[in-house]
Amino acid sequence: MHSVYLKHETDIEGWRTAARQLIAHGVAPQEVDWYVRPAQDVAVQEDFFAMADDVTNLASPRLSGVSQENAADNRRLMVPRQLVELVRPVILHQAPERFGLLYRVLWRLQRERGLMRLAGDADIARLNVMAKAVRRDMHKMTAFVRFRETVVEGRQRYLAWFEPEHHIMAAIAPFFIGRFAAMDWTIMSPRMGMHWDGTMLHFLPGGKPEALPAEDAGEALWLSYYRHIFNPARLKLKAMQKEMPKKYWHNLPEAELITSLIAGAGTRTQAMLERMPEPPRRKIIGYQRKLRRPDIAGGNE
Amino acid sequence: MQVQQKLEILADAAKYDASCASSGTERRNSRDGKGIGSTTGTGICHSYAPDGRCISLLKILLTNFCLYDCVYCVNRVSSNVPRARFSIDEVVQLTLAFYRRNYIEGLFLSSGIIQSPDYTMEQVVEVARILREEHGFRGYIHLKTIPDADPDLLARAGRYADRLSINIELPTAASLSALAPEKDGAAIRISMARLRERIDAGKDKTVSGKRPPKFSPGGQSTQMIVGADASDDRTILSTSADLYGRYRLRRVYYSAFSPIPDASPVLPLQSPPLVREHRLYQADWLMRFYGFESHEIITGEQGMLALDMDPKTAWALQNRAMFPVDLNRAPKSTLLRVPGLGVRNVQRILAARRVRAVRLDDLVHMRAPINRMLPFIQLPDHHPGATLDAVSLPARLKAIPAVPQQLGLFM
Repeated sequence: MHSVYLKHETDIEGWRTAARQLIAHGVAPQEVDWYVRPAQDVAVQEDFFAMADDVTNLASPRLSGVSQENAADNRRLMVPRQLVELVRPVILHQAPERFGLLYRVLWRLQRERGLMRLAGDADIARLNVMAKAVRRDMHKMTAFVRFRETVVEGRQRYLAWFEPEHHIMAAIAPFFIGRFAAMDWTIMSPRMGMHWDGTMLHFLPGGKPEALPAEDAGEALWLSYYRHIFNPARLKLKAMQKEMPKKYWHNLPEAELITSLIAGAGTRTQAMLERMPEPPRRKIIGYQRKLRRPDIAGGNE
Repeated sequence: MQVQQKLEILADAAKYDASCASSGTERRNSRDGKGIGSTTGTGICHSYAPDGRCISLLKILLTNFCLYDCVYCVNRVSSNVPRARFSIDEVVQLTLAFYRRNYIEGLFLSSGIIQSPDYTMEQVVEVARILREEHGFRGYIHLKTIPDADPDLLARAGRYADRLSINIELPTAASLSALAPEKDGAAIRISMARLRERIDAGKDKTVSGKRPPKFSPGGQSTQMIVGADASDDRTILSTSADLYGRYRLRRVYYSAFSPIPDASPVLPLQSPPLVREHRLYQADWLMRFYGFESHEIITGEQGMLALDMDPKTAWALQNRAMFPVDLNRAPKSTLLRVPGLGVRNVQRILAARRVRAVRLDDLVHMRAPINRMLPFIQLPDHHPGATLDAVSLPARLKAIPAVPQQLGLFM
């Protein structure tokens, strides 16, 4: 049996290096055990930096690139583009078997040329499902992070608590930097946090939600908006929960309103239906539509 | 009046517009540290209300005072709903405050018509201009345009907006003049044509290779109210097909007419079933991504879509002679017509069958809705035999719980 120790949960470089060596030595997938070393804060930070940079360059085919550098040793290594594209998201998945599964697919690819095109193959299907789950988790994080505004040393700071399912914190950082580069913001999660100070991203150890500021004036307006954009005459709870599952609710301020909005919807709709039409209470001046003359229709120069 | 109170009134006034998309525009970010915001191309839904609708944009009216008297509209001049008007700065500040907290992708601004179409349009455009030019806002902006406004104002709107829309409101010109006397169907279509020209011009490179000024990079969309008039689904879908073809709209939204506060006595008391709206969206999808023509989708009686099954299955049942389809041989256009097969799985089947024959197990691993597909497909290890022609097939298919569908309601 061979044991591989990866430096941290998203150690994509470590996996690549090990996988290449294992293939070169003809080690079959069932003869390898994959482990992740327990986190050691400082070292982990540096790797996460590398990771954040890595995922922003989604186009660069690193895995195949590396194999080209060592062309002499690895002439026979088959790494199709489709696998490279799946490795990045799958590595971020929380399932411990991801490293072994990726290695098994790499192993099979050395013999089965068209494997990546077989979406119905059990291994490929599993990779697709894992990649999809990670992408969804990342997408939901861009949607459901809620910042609270506070003032620290005279400067506005935006704080959020979020609990991603997979190891996506570093991978999603470029999204928040690209959107809120001029703001000071911090997103904390149970496993790790990140802080953007306007120029640099800092990774922090995991935290607790209690560190969030309790109040924010903007949040009250948001709750008003949520209450009033809802149309009580159409309840579609399944559609809502499919896209906004309950597991996210405890970190969404507006979710507290859902139960009461649903409870009141029937009465409100009934009241609208039963209400007798009223004549307008205001004086109405008939509107005269002005016809635009064709000679000025092209503009008012 | 406090901003909070205005927000309540003007969100109430805006909620009957179904569109909340933040997709389809160019990609931008503010990594340079100037301004704020970014766009992703696919859009983000930041929340969902219990009515199943996505909340992606701050969707409000600048004011719900309105000179028009469209009977289906909550804001018509003859309605007694409370009225409010935001100042331009209030909308700008509200948008930025929500955006910084990551509540929204941007702003969808519409307005009741006050003073004149030109005056109203100018105010709406000014909000967008201030957001873009004074605050460097790079998030999404969708502006509702007023067809009667000066074309020059529409041109300015397109410079700041990611998407423009003009509501067609009702499927026929006759219904529009009956229910919305101040609106003019011809003017709406002229404006759509004009927008299309500008949007197209904004995409073409000029002869000299210079990029033309951007114009509404996310295109234009419209909304049709379903169930406020007597139009059948056939009429609605052929109007949509015409709009997609003629003005190259990105989306037609269907909004099932629902009870509103202080409704006009002219309106029907019964709102249409929500599932009708759902079927129209499915049919719309079939026209845009599955190669169906608007006239062949209508299979129900009296020009209506069947309510008790999805339109693709209903179509397949009426065209059983085309089935079973051999998944290993049929061309792409035929695969797209198989009930239960979506665009993604069609692509996967096409890729896989170049390597080896696709079998039943493959479909299971792809998580395709097998039970709904089996009567219509043929594989090396499956043939539907007599089940395809069985009289009981429609009943059997209706008994299969509907798979959740990715529909346009959220995009």
